[in-house]
Amino acid sequence: MAGIQRCKPFIVVLLLQIFISALSLSSVNGDGYTINGPVKIQSFGTKGFGHPGKLSNVKVILNGGQSVTFLRPDGYFSFHNVPAGTHLIEVDAIGYFFSPVRIDVSARNPGQIQAALTENRKGLTELVLEPLREEQYYEIREPFSIISVVKSPMGLMVGFMLIVVFLMPKLMENMDPEEMRQAQEQMRNQGVPSLASLLPGAARSN
Amino acid sequence: MAIRAFFLVLLFCSSLIPSFALYEDQVGLMDWHQQYIGKVKDAVFHTQKAGRKRVIVSTEENVVASLDLRHGQIFWRRVLGPNDAIDGIDIALGKFVITLSSRGGILRAWNLPDGQMVWETSIQGSGASKSVFLIPKVGGDNLIFGLGKGCLYAVSAIDGEVLWKRDMTAESLEIQQIIQAVDSDVLHVSGIIGSNQFGTCKVDAKNGELLMHNTADIPGGLYGEVIPVSSNTLVALDSTRTTLISILFSDGEIILEHTPISNFVGDSYGIAVISPTKLTGTFALKIETLVLFVRLTSEGRLEVVDKIKQPTATSDMLALSEGQQAVGIVQHEDGMIHFSVKLVHDWGNSLLEESIVMDHQRGLSDKVFINNYIRTDRSHGFRALIVMEDHSLILVQQGEIVWRREDGLASVIDVTTSELPVEKDGVSVSKVEHSLFEWLKGHLLKLKGSLMLASTEDLVAIQDLRLKSSEKNKLTRDHNGFRKLLIVLTRAGKLYALHTGDGRIIWSLLLPSLRKTEACECPTGLNLYQWQVPHHHAMDENPSVLIVGRCSSSSDSPGVSSFVDTYTGKELNSLHLLHSVAQVIQLPFTDSTEQRLHLIIDTDKRGHLYPRTPEAREIFQREFSNIYWYSVDTDSSVIRGHMLKSNCISKATNEYCFTTRDLWSVVFPSESEKIIATVTRKVNEVVHTQAKVIADQDVMYKYISKNLLFVATVAPKASGEIGSVMPEEAWLVVYIIDTITGRILQRMTHHGSQGPVHAVFSENWVVYHYFNLRAHRYEISVIEIYDQSRADNKDVLKLVLGKHNLTSPISSYSHPEVVAKSQSYFFSHSVKAMAVTLTAKGITSKHILIGTIGDQRYLDPRRSLNPSQAEKEEGVIPLTDSLPIVPQSYVTHAFKVEGLRGIVTIPAKLESTTLVFAHGVDLYFTRIAPSRTYDSLTEDFSYALLLITIVALVAAIFVTWILSEKKELRDKWSVHLVWKWAFRTGNV
Repeated sequence: MAGIQRCKPFIVVLLLQIFISALSLSSVNGDGYTINGPVKIQSFGTKGFGHPGKLSNVKVILNGGQSVTFLRPDGYFSFHNVPAGTHLIEVDAIGYFFSPVRIDVSARNPGQIQAALTENRKGLTELVLEPLREEQYYEIREPFSIISVVKSPMGLMVGFMLIVVFLMPKLMENMDPEEMRQAQEQMRNQGVPSLASLLPGAARSN
Repeated sequence: MAIRAFFLVLLFCSSLIPSFALYEDQVGLMDWHQQYIGKVKDAVFHTQKAGRKRVIVSTEENVVASLDLRHGQIFWRRVLGPNDAIDGIDIALGKFVITLSSRGGILRAWNLPDGQMVWETSIQGSGASKSVFLIPKVGGDNLIFGLGKGCLYAVSAIDGEVLWKRDMTAESLEIQQIIQAVDSDVLHVSGIIGSNQFGTCKVDAKNGELLMHNTADIPGGLYGEVIPVSSNTLVALDSTRTTLISILFSDGEIILEHTPISNFVGDSYGIAVISPTKLTGTFALKIETLVLFVRLTSEGRLEVVDKIKQPTATSDMLALSEGQQAVGIVQHEDGMIHFSVKLVHDWGNSLLEESIVMDHQRGLSDKVFINNYIRTDRSHGFRALIVMEDHSLILVQQGEIVWRREDGLASVIDVTTSELPVEKDGVSVSKVEHSLFEWLKGHLLKLKGSLMLASTEDLVAIQDLRLKSSEKNKLTRDHNGFRKLLIVLTRAGKLYALHTGDGRIIWSLLLPSLRKTEACECPTGLNLYQWQVPHHHAMDENPSVLIVGRCSSSSDSPGVSSFVDTYTGKELNSLHLLHSVAQVIQLPFTDSTEQRLHLIIDTDKRGHLYPRTPEAREIFQREFSNIYWYSVDTDSSVIRGHMLKSNCISKATNEYCFTTRDLWSVVFPSESEKIIATVTRKVNEVVHTQAKVIADQDVMYKYISKNLLFVATVAPKASGEIGSVMPEEAWLVVYIIDTITGRILQRMTHHGSQGPVHAVFSENWVVYHYFNLRAHRYEISVIEIYDQSRADNKDVLKLVLGKHNLTSPISSYSHPEVVAKSQSYFFSHSVKAMAVTLTAKGITSKHILIGTIGDQRYLDPRRSLNPSQAEKEEGVIPLTDSLPIVPQSYVTHAFKVEGLRGIVTIPAKLESTTLVFAHGVDLYFTRIAPSRTYDSLTEDFSYALLLITIVALVAAIFVTWILSEKKELRDKWSVHLVWKWAFRTGNV
């Protein structure tokens, strides 16, 4: 039920688009129409790992696999013999995320095609398919830095130890000798072993 | 305080890393990816003036691929749509690969070096016809003549422009063949009209004008195809298949000549078939296993040149340089294949005779393609590409197998797993690390890698080290249960065992029971079941699997079954069942040798018990009244529940046969609902907890029953493709049905939605994917079912005093009150397959694996699915209406599993980990940990860093010890001095 309520504003948006959007080329041929347009993949500047980036293996899929086509060298694709109605076009290119495109082929005005991205509900004035974003399939290893070593569990262990070894005595020194003695007294009473007493051959004799 | 603070930081750090992300250098560590092409239909060699020699193939999986002739690797590969079958393939202009697909509808040109599509031409026509095309080898017009959808057309090879098109339906000619006579601009088109008329046309190749049309009656009619033998002769069989008719046409005259087959072979022979070879002047006539090569003499007579008794495959004609024509013939003889090349005009002499030892498991050869090359001594050498019965591809050259491709694995039907044998005493313990030094060196390298200090050579060394780690490829059981055997049944009827470590084939078996025999003409494999899983009692037995198939594609044909040992790959036993196979039910009982009881239901609704032992029968009789199952009839939209009634009484049966009765049925109104998907829970799924704690600290009890069935129905009008129906006419109704009682627990309608529906059912929830026509987007919905009758078991006092009903047995017959919660999200991808992760004990949270239309698979953690207000307020569900996909959560990362058909999940012994196997045209295997590997160290755990830390800590301990010793000494000295001073001053 929630789905229906949600899509109402979307329909309104679409209705508006029908009047606004410019038309992409199509030709009547026999019992169907032809949908064609380009797929444009600009290099996003940063070329990440694992992107073959080959335009030749980009597939364009009509209606969830009803027909599949490939791109020509100029980046254009075409579907022939498409009946009037509402269709869905998906682009499958590894390394990029494309929004599926809703295509309305008008039966009344032959040759009119409206297109809209379903992902962000944006109408397309021309049937030019562009990726919404690049996809990074791998985590990128962070470059070596002291911080990362320090942040690792081992680094933390070493760091903690260093603090105990070097900072604690300093803290002890800054303490009031009276208090110190009291604290030591207490510790002795409680029987908490000190660092030195834990070590072999370091029995205290004061 | 300090310690606690540090812990917080630690936790924070670890929670920052996403749960599935993979570093690029970890590729291949846990996963493997294998690319296949499928059974080769047609092949064209490209060896002239090319640096890289290649062969272009088209396959039954609708793949066009370019293979390296030296090693058999794929240069490039294009997978066409599922209903875009390739009818023909050839090379034009020396640089384009031309394919004709979609029953002659689409002509495409691909760039030969890299597989980029150059042009695509769609032919629209009304009729149906054979689809063939012809690329004239001579003449500089660069034309391609094609036939498809009832039209004859010419297309420019350069840009794919249609130069002329002629609808041949007006002549009502069923075109069989196009021939272009040498050095002329005339196309000879011939075919049959009706069943007993032969027609031939001459068409101008320049503009498609019909020059001449001729017909001739064939008394008695024709059977099957008309085969061209030379540029003006065709050969066909008459309708009784006893006489060969040769049709000679020249300049408007058609001369028919009848030759009875008995002239060649005597009176007794079987069914004759003309095989369509492209030999000039000669054709092959197959009579059962006998192959006759028949030549057309210059006077128009037919004469037999050769008779071959063994199963044979013949290649097409190959034109040699001097105008000679050669043909390759492959014959089988006990474990050997004989490859010979003969000249068409001089049949007595062979150019080449080679014998090659061939693996029995590859079966007979199916197709042969030959190619020649000039040796250094200017004689002709030949290479042959052989397609075997198991769909594998073999290149033979100079009497040796140069390479082989296991392309049968591109058509996997079913998958199951088998444990590897336990490591026995005496078997040497793993020799992974040779010495401490090497071990340390390896780990130092890894440390360098993880600190990003490694050079490129180091990185290569690290990758090698990781991939080579022999630990994962051993053939014994491991502690974590990562190493297993994947038993895979392919469409060719071959069984493979793949190692999960690296995907190599351990053994393969061409199942004898799934091969063509007289009794069983085209057997197909159906399913694989784990037949025997040795556990407690029968540790010495090897595990085995059961393969069930049937003799033909119709469901009432007799079944076949076979039992195969998964360690040795030998067939233990095979049965030709007397009954048909409609349904196979794995019963949850095993006998004393751990053989699982199986009940096979035939189309007459009788049950047959396997194994056929008195012991199994006894166990079965004990549980007789507890066995229920259901059947789905999609044609009449009925779901029925069944149980057993009694023994069969008819005489043709035995004591292992049982009659059944219907318990209940759910009938969907066939005018408004059509069943398109049914899903149940996996039998081996383990549920850890019955309760779910929701956000407001409340507890809900899951309704967990093994007998739930999810059914999706759509309006019959909307069962077609997307875009074929208006939203008002479409609806999707989903049901959750108890399969014991037939009770409908939940019914939900999605208006304006249609299929295809993909669903997974796990624990108490079902997730399904469908298309919303109103929003024109895909949606994913979830239904969760909770048991309301246990909802008041929240009082601690009650639990302590035992006044709860949690231990009361759950029965489908008690009608507990259930509550279903549902939520829908938009989803931006089409889906091909869906699966859910399975773990050993069901503690780890579940992830759904979705095979997207782009054939990648990714994981989406199932959100907290309760649409309760409290949760929303707490921000448990991000308030979005669509499910976003994090690219790092693609399980296949940058790989694709082309033509994905199924995803199989297998629990590992380690609770956190699931093994995932995806099959389509490609195979992909990996292991994933939905909640990260909380119960083991990760692969790239740096032992060296740990060691260094320990060393540093020990060193620090000693340093501080020495320091404290010194300090103590100083203290003592100072005390001593104080004492001295006091003594001297006389204070004491």
